[in-house]
Amino acid sequence: MGLKRDVSLSTGLRYKGPAGYLNFILHRIGGLGMATFITVHILSSLLGGEIGVFLNRIYENWVFQIFIFFCVLFHAINGLRITILDLYPKLLEHQTEAVWVQWAFFLPIFGMAVFVLASIGAGG
Amino acid sequence: MAQRKLSLKQRGLMNFEAQMWLFTRLSALAMYALILFALIGALVMGARNQMSLADVMRWAFMPNVTHVQSAPDVPDLAPWSSIFWKVTAIALLAVATAHGVHGLVVIADDYIASAGGRKVARLLSIIFMLGMIAAGAIVIWTS
Repeated sequence: MGLKRDVSLSTGLRYKGPAGYLNFILHRIGGLGMATFITVHILSSLLGGEIGVFLNRIYENWVFQIFIFFCVLFHAINGLRITILDLYPKLLEHQTEAVWVQWAFFLPIFGMAVFVLASIGAGG
Repeated sequence: MAQRKLSLKQRGLMNFEAQMWLFTRLSALAMYALILFALIGALVMGARNQMSLADVMRWAFMPNVTHVQSAPDVPDLAPWSSIFWKVTAIALLAVATAHGVHGLVVIADDYIASAGGRKVARLLSIIFMLGMIAAGAIVIWTS
């Protein structure tokens, strides 16, 4: 172990790296969001009954749908960039450009979805 | 920086962590393939005229018949609830759960300072993963 990794939680949370850190933390937030949603979704489907109806009402809410769509879309697009660059390491030279391409895909798709979900949510 | 550009073969994948690193990437590719497969299947079964984009995406991300029931214009749910789609859905569930639980372990490893704690988190994650695959498979199979 050349890497010292037994730092405290507070030190870990205070870490702010250069480029890529935003993608790193958003990838984690997206993954955690999906893991929580899917766990709750599977368990409520399994148990059914009143708990299931209550939980369904939460994720039919448009604010929650915008959040979970952010999680899925960002994790999927960022994950594709990571996968392509890691499996073809020569491309790592262009990783800054790859991040820009990634945002160029993410922003219009997500913006469009937010517009649709919010206008339905606002009663339009 | 030169070391980061070694090919997969040159880097070697002899230990468990390196294999899980590769599994995370390959399972991501498998999920893209399964989602695309479910999307094409939906279009073949008539989604183009019978479903909204939201309903098609819900089916694509998990091809389970309960995800089609809210689409009012689908005339017959039988093709959507076939054994073929149940097996596809369980395959996607298993790949996604393994990918996701390993991701949770990676996050936990970053914040649990003691080696013993990391070992406990790993053990719990395996139990959690098997439990969620079983629960999800029951939901898919009986729906």
